[in-house]
Amino acid sequence: MEKLIAIIPALPFLGFVLNGLGVGKLSKGLAGGIGALASLAAFVVSILVLFQFKSGDGQAVVVNLWTWMSSSSWKIDFSFHVDQLTLIMLMVVTGVGFLIHVFSIGYMHEDEGFGKFFSFLNLFLFSMLVLVLGGNLLMTFIGWEGVGLCSFLLIGFWNKNEAFNEAAKKAFVMNRIGDLGFLAGIFLILFRFGTCQYTELVQALGAIETVNDPYLVWTGICFFIGAMGKSAQLPLFTWLPDAMAGPTPVSALIHAATMVTSGIYLVIRMNALYATIPDVQEFILWIGMATALIGALIGTSQNDIKKVLAYSTVSQLGFMFVALGVGAYTAALFHVITHAFFKALLFLGAGSVIHGLHEEQDIRKMGGLKKALPITYITFLVANLAIAGIPPFSGFFSKDEILAHTFASNKVAYIILAIIAGITAFYMFRLLFLVFFNEYRGKLSAEKIHEAPASMSIPLIILAVLSAVGGFIGLPEVFHFPHLLGDFLAPVLQPAKSFANTHSLSHTISHSEEWMVMGASVVISLIGIGIAYSMYISKKLVPSEEAPVGFFHKLTSNKFYVDEIYDAIIVKPINLISGIFAILIDILMINLFVEAVGILTKGLSMGLKTSQSGRVTGYAFLMFCSILAFAVFYLFKVF
Amino acid sequence: MNQIPEIFRVVPVNHFVILASILFSIGILGVLTRRNAIIIFMSIELMLNSVNLLFVAFSTYKSDPAGQVFVFFIMAIAAAEVAVGLAIIVMIYRRIRSTDVSILNNLKG
Repeated sequence: MEKLIAIIPALPFLGFVLNGLGVGKLSKGLAGGIGALASLAAFVVSILVLFQFKSGDGQAVVVNLWTWMSSSSWKIDFSFHVDQLTLIMLMVVTGVGFLIHVFSIGYMHEDEGFGKFFSFLNLFLFSMLVLVLGGNLLMTFIGWEGVGLCSFLLIGFWNKNEAFNEAAKKAFVMNRIGDLGFLAGIFLILFRFGTCQYTELVQALGAIETVNDPYLVWTGICFFIGAMGKSAQLPLFTWLPDAMAGPTPVSALIHAATMVTSGIYLVIRMNALYATIPDVQEFILWIGMATALIGALIGTSQNDIKKVLAYSTVSQLGFMFVALGVGAYTAALFHVITHAFFKALLFLGAGSVIHGLHEEQDIRKMGGLKKALPITYITFLVANLAIAGIPPFSGFFSKDEILAHTFASNKVAYIILAIIAGITAFYMFRLLFLVFFNEYRGKLSAEKIHEAPASMSIPLIILAVLSAVGGFIGLPEVFHFPHLLGDFLAPVLQPAKSFANTHSLSHTISHSEEWMVMGASVVISLIGIGIAYSMYISKKLVPSEEAPVGFFHKLTSNKFYVDEIYDAIIVKPINLISGIFAILIDILMINLFVEAVGILTKGLSMGLKTSQSGRVTGYAFLMFCSILAFAVFYLFKVF
Repeated sequence: MNQIPEIFRVVPVNHFVILASILFSIGILGVLTRRNAIIIFMSIELMLNSVNLLFVAFSTYKSDPAGQVFVFFIMAIAAAEVAVGLAIIVMIYRRIRSTDVSILNNLKG
């Protein structure tokens, strides 16, 4: 089993090396085949590991490859850590990753950077696997940086477009801010506990008795800042919508299904820490809530199909952080899984639409695509029902679990979150109606619109099935079926649970309340869908091309002016200060100093160069005199 | 070689030292003042041989054969050095049609 675990990340890495070295040499079929095969192989090996793990005793398996660095007081190993949480993430990452690789073969077929694309995609998969498999915080950090790099490379994949490069840089810089928080958190942990190995950390953190220890509060905030950057939470979320500059499969894989959920993974991984600091949990709850609200509101007035999905992702990530904030780690991971299915499906569906319409992304120029793209339509509808939270689709169960836990711990938060769920249903069905219903509003002739090829439609169908039934791994308690995910995950969450129990921080709700929450969320979703129906089907409204009117509409369609605010309070002052420093320090001080050194050297060498006469006898004389001088010095010690 | 043979005692050791010094000085003067590469080369050989002479003289007067062994080595190396040095001079001559070293001032700064 140890060998198998080490093989999992090695397979995509091999794919990356082969494709990377073979850029321009391998045929498209071969490059795509290597990429997809590497991810499939990783998926198969992950399943093997899952089965072997299940037949074991359920204890975390640590694979120690070698000692990475050591000092007198601590030692960091290059090790992998496999437990229930890792296995679930492995399944999601490799499984969804494989489907998206297959989709990309069809989607990127015309692209000249085909081989480059697959090598980056495999490198991403490798980094993501290192992230989830890492046996200590530093290993996770390697993967964390790796996925950030791949995100940067793939957002700027079409690097001839300057705007796309700007988007890539923005994503990278914003992620760096988060990474700094993560790194600071690692240092704080190392300083306090002398280890960052997960197995040892759980024990060390389990021994903590105090609630809201200030040192740990700061540690928790640092890790959460890391999670904020990677998972696009307020205030570091603006990079994610811009990241839609990348090819659509990238948006599906990196910016919806896997990388952006690594912040949630990190918090769940550190649940033993967060359980002891309820103040930070409260903070996470409200940050997640604000992000969910802002993402959903902006999503209602975007007209780019991918931008709508991007803000939806921001909003759904907010939901997951709300779940983390109320200590519902299982619910958060449950939503990560179902979200990976339906959001990957939505993005791939959007990719299929964009592909079918020859790179058209504006939903005002779509409409009536139901007949032309039947498979895409049906799968998109399934994903929509899932994200809107209509039973029995997967999103219903995971969202309901989050809502129920929020209800149990904070009624105000519950009400806001339920309203956000309604807005979610509204903007998703707005998208669906505008894209697939009514008449086609674009300029392409009917024959030119084509359904996706098999390599694209099969992943869509598989993801649609998963989005439809994926929720059954975590049925609510009232149904008296086992919560498969919760039971499986219980050992990982044991430290948080026992801490909450001893300090009476846990919340429970009765069955009647649970029914009520479920009913309420279905009703709210239906209301959202109903409003969307009346606006975009009955009244056949189409978002106008003109500038938005009304305060609220202006606010949402301009994304709450967040980018403008950042520009005014961060970018512009930094530019100003940089300008001042450029003149003051760079030109006036450093340049003058450097130039003075140069002038001095030049002058000295001008003087000394006369000694280089080129006369051989002169050199010989000098040599003779020098030797004589040395001889005199050594024989008589005169000097 | 416990004893110094009678014949050598006729000439005192400082005569050898003076002779060697004179030869060495002539060599240095030759190197520094002459411009013909071949003569410079000959002067270097003169310096080398004056040192050899000194080696042999001291070796004899100290009854120690090491110095004479050294001289053999030096002569062997000098032979090799002459071969290389003369080859260089031949190449120089082919290139500039002269053996005057004052023309070779390309290294001027």
